Formats: sequence, structure tokens, C-alpha cells
Amino acid sequence: MSSVAVKAHTRQGVEISYAWLLTGLSLLVAAAFVASLLVGPAAIGAKATLFALFAGTQSENDAAVLIVREIRLPRALLGVLVGATLGLSGAALQGYLRNPLAEPGLVGVSAGAALGAVTTINTGLASAFALALPLGGLAGGLAAVLIVQALAGLRGGPLTLILAGVAVTTFASALMSLSLNLSPNPFAALEIVFWLLGSLADRSFTHVWLAAPLILPGLAMLLLLGRSLDALTLGEDGAANLGVNLATTRVLLVVGVALCVGAATAVAGAIGFVGLVVPHLLRPLVAQRPSRLLTSSMLGGAALVLIADIAVRVIAPGADLKLGVLTSLVGAPLFFYLVMKTRRSLL
Amino acid sequence: MTNPMITTKQVSVELGGQRIIDGVSLEAYAGEVVGLVGPNGAGKTTLLRAISGLLYPVSGSIALEGEDIAQMAPRLRAQKLALLPQDHVVHWAISVEDLVALGRLPYRGFGAALSPADRAAISNALAAMDVADFAKRSVIELSGGERARALIARALAQETPILLADEPAAGLDAVHQLDLFGHLRGLAEQGRCVVVVLHDLTMASRFCDRLIVLDHGKVHASGGAAKVLTSKVLKTVYGITAYRGTADGVPFVVPLKTLAETSTTARDAADRSN
Repeated sequence: MSSVAVKAHTRQGVEISYAWLLTGLSLLVAAAFVASLLVGPAAIGAKATLFALFAGTQSENDAAVLIVREIRLPRALLGVLVGATLGLSGAALQGYLRNPLAEPGLVGVSAGAALGAVTTINTGLASAFALALPLGGLAGGLAAVLIVQALAGLRGGPLTLILAGVAVTTFASALMSLSLNLSPNPFAALEIVFWLLGSLADRSFTHVWLAAPLILPGLAMLLLLGRSLDALTLGEDGAANLGVNLATTRVLLVVGVALCVGAATAVAGAIGFVGLVVPHLLRPLVAQRPSRLLTSSMLGGAALVLIADIAVRVIAPGADLKLGVLTSLVGAPLFFYLVMKTRRSLL
Repeated sequence: MTNPMITTKQVSVELGGQRIIDGVSLEAYAGEVVGLVGPNGAGKTTLLRAISGLLYPVSGSIALEGEDIAQMAPRLRAQKLALLPQDHVVHWAISVEDLVALGRLPYRGFGAALSPADRAAISNALAAMDVADFAKRSVIELSGGERARALIARALAQETPILLADEPAAGLDAVHQLDLFGHLRGLAEQGRCVVVVLHDLTMASRFCDRLIVLDHGKVHASGGAAKVLTSKVLKTVYGITAYRGTADGVPFVVPLKTLAETSTTARDAADRSN
């Protein structure tokens, strides 16, 4: 009897620590969000920022209100949306494919979205009207996911999904290289390269309103996957025996990833490593349970992207350091560390 | 007899255009351990997967407690039948306790915490398979046999009236094999229906109430071990000769030679002795 009581107690302990983890990550996101509102080339104090955000009207304090509400707020909001997307879709894909190396780009959506966006730059549509670029990205992402689904089939397993994703990604990358190769002038080529690096700079509420209606339902669909992903720990037969509908699981996963990753790439470009590293870092903290990795990776991704986006503004204020470059720069060494740690644990 | 827990009627299954199961009709009842034996490739695993609803027969019907499996909601099916697959796969390094808790998924609502019933089922399953001592340890730290027992505990935690196990004894040492089969018998005595795929014919004779011999997707023979595991059946189905006998009233089968090895004269002698 006493051993049962001990078990119940420790189990409760685990749950409390999960609650603490989510609380801690939420606080981190909130702090990074506020910090993101405070950082920028224009020095606006904390009090002035708060005033500009909530109380100020355009006439009273023109510049500060404009900067905080129209430049920093959408940038921080996009940071949350894009980061949450990358963290959550990385965790969901790793759980579904049961492979810790899976990342949001794997199913071809980000390459498709990037190609769509690049095409609008290349054809001059992007300079003709501002929304052409993200809309092109969305169209590209949608096309990519439709092709991947058609290739992989609805009943196919994870392997066919990976293969189809790799095929579509490779082809979209080839087309991007082609459009760089044949770009009408060096400026267009430079614009394409810079856009591909990924950034949240100079985004407006237009981008937020474009991305949020797609990202939010996408995130919601992925958050529904917890049970199925836990069950998939036992393989597909094991999961099916536990009453998991594998076809529904796969549709939720693919559509969810397509919606949020497609929209995030369309407004922010390709931001690497977040979707791969965040679930990796958090996995030991949730005792490797795929369901618990979902919400925590969503928060972790949002925090990481917000912090990285603050860092690009602080480290190189005038140089326009791209967010995607920084996340890869910081993410890759973290991966070195993870490789060493895994190697040690195997010896 | 009471109503069967599992009924298959003329079930045929095709995989990749090939007929793996060919018109199998069988019944399994509450309170019995049914052994499914037969050579590799006879269709034992495929039959278990079909009964579990993991693949669809091209013809015939399968019913659990009289209810057609094709009409059954997946979650309801999961509350009726637990499957212990052959491969001992666990993809993440979760703890034994979390692994066993997966067996409670069919009973839990979205995001719901473990109920007292869930906790009781988990600790019973952990105790039954003698894995409670390493409940907190990660699955990857276990030996093959310990992992096999943890996975069986997972299936037990599902608390279903029907348990299908595909070679549950593979990788277990002698003590844990006897323990496992003793436990499966115990489940049957509690009124559950247990169907086990087995390669060890002695274990099969010792612990199963009934054996079903599957060959090339068809039921070749079925009944008690003494009736089913005759030299003739062993010869035609497995292509072996075997030494058969009883020890303490329990039949045993020791495979001796394949027919290819057996010389023509020896084969003739064996034929004459039948």
C-alpha cells in the first residue's frame, strides 16, 4: 500500500514540475514580449512605451505612439506567432515521425512558401504592391502541401511523407536557384537572398492580420495531437490498437503544419533551427513525453524567436542582421553540444 | 458454451496482392487461452492484426463479443481488445510508468488527468509483470526481457476482455516465460479471452487450452495439444520430425530434424510407425 502512495506522490511531483515548466516558459515569453517593445533605434523609455501603447493618441506623442504601435507591436506579435509556429510544428513532426531530427521544413511547406515569395520578387509583383510577397508565399506553401499530399497519399506512412517532402523541397530549392540565376538584375537577386535569410524587421499589422488567421487555427490543430503522438510511441499498430485514428492524425498534422508554417514563412522568410532545437532542448524536461512537448515547445519557440529578434537589434543596430542568420548561428553550436551529449550517453 | 468473444467467419486478407489469410473461421471464448501456432509466414501475425482491426479483410467478417468490428468505433474497440505486437518498439525514452499509462488512453478524455481507476490499473499491471521496481526508469535503460515485461504490463493496463499477444515470450528467460504464461492463464481464469501466437510448441501444449494450427493462411487443425500436435501435422505443416512425450502429465514436443535432413529410410520408418 505504501509503495502505491509513494508512486502517487512522485507522479504528482512530475505534474507539478510540468506546470512549473509551462509557467516559467509563459513568463519568459511575456518578458521577452515586453522587452521586444522596448528595444529599437529610437530610445523610448518603459513608461513612455506603456503610455504610447495604451493611452497615447496619435496627436499627443506622434513619433513614440507610431513607433510602438505600428512598428514594435506588430514585430513582437509576429515574433510570438512565428516562434510558436516553429516550436510547435517541430515538436509535432518529431512526435509523428518519431524522429528527433524532423523539423518544420521537412514536409515541403516552407520551401514552397519561399519559392512563392521569391517569385513575386522576381516578377516585380512584390514592388508593385506590398501584399504580393506574403500572398505569393501562402500560395506557394499551399501548392507545396497539395503536391506532397498527392505524392504521399492519404494512407501512406511517415516514410512516404518524408520522401514526398524532400522531393518537393528539393524541386522548390532548384527553382529558387534558377530564379536567382536568371534574376533580372543584381538588386532583385540581393533582395531575394536577403528575404530568404528570414527577418521580422519592417513588418506591419497588415502582416499580422494576414498571418494570424492562418497560424492560430494551425496551432490549435497541432495542439490536438497530444494523445495520438503519445500513442505513436508504440508504433503505428500500437497506436491504432489504442483507438487512435491514424488517418485523422495525419490530416491534422499536415494541414496544421501547412497553415502555420506556410503563413509564418510567407511573412517572415525562412528561420532555421528553432523548430529543430527547441523540442530537443525541452524533451528531457518533459520526461520525453510527446504530448507534453507540444505546449512547451510552442512557448519555448515563441520565447526563443522573440529573444533572437531582440538580439539582432541589440548586437548590430545599424547592420540589419537577419533573424534567420542569428538563429542558425546560435542553434548550430547548440546542436554540437547535443551531439556530444548524446555521444557521451551512448558510451 | 457461452457466446464467443472472437468470431471470424471465412476471413481472407490480402497484402500486396497476395492472399495471406484464406477463409479462416474460428471462435475464441472467455476463460480460455488459445494458442495460434504454425510455421513462419503461415499468417499468424496477419490474422492477429485483422482481428485487432488494423487491416481490413477482403472478404469474411470479424466480430468481437458478437459485434462486427468494421462497425465499431476505434476507442470502443480499444476497450475490448488489447494487442501486444511482436516488435518491442518504444520510440521515446519514456519511463516504464508512462509507458504502462499509455494503456489507459482509450479510457481518458482529451487532456484528462489519470483517474483513480487508471492509477489502480497501472499499479496492478506494474505489479503483475514484476516491473514496479523500475517504474521510474527509462525504457531504454532496461534489458530486453525487462522491456518485454514492461510492454506486457502496458497491454494489461488496457484491462480489456480480450488480449491478443504476438510471441510475448520471445526474449524472456525461463523464469519469466513461466511467469508470463502463468499470468496469461490467470487472466483467462478471471474470464478473459487470451489468444497467443507461439513458436515454442512445448509451451503451447503446456499452457494453451486449445491450439489452432495455421498453415498457408488456412486452419490446418484445431483442438487440444495432444490431438493437434501429431507427427503427421508436424510433418506436413512444419516439415519436421519431433520427439513427443509427457512429463508430469504435461505434453512436450522436442523438434528433432527437418524432413530434408531425414533420410528416405527414416522417413519411411516414421510413416510406418504412424
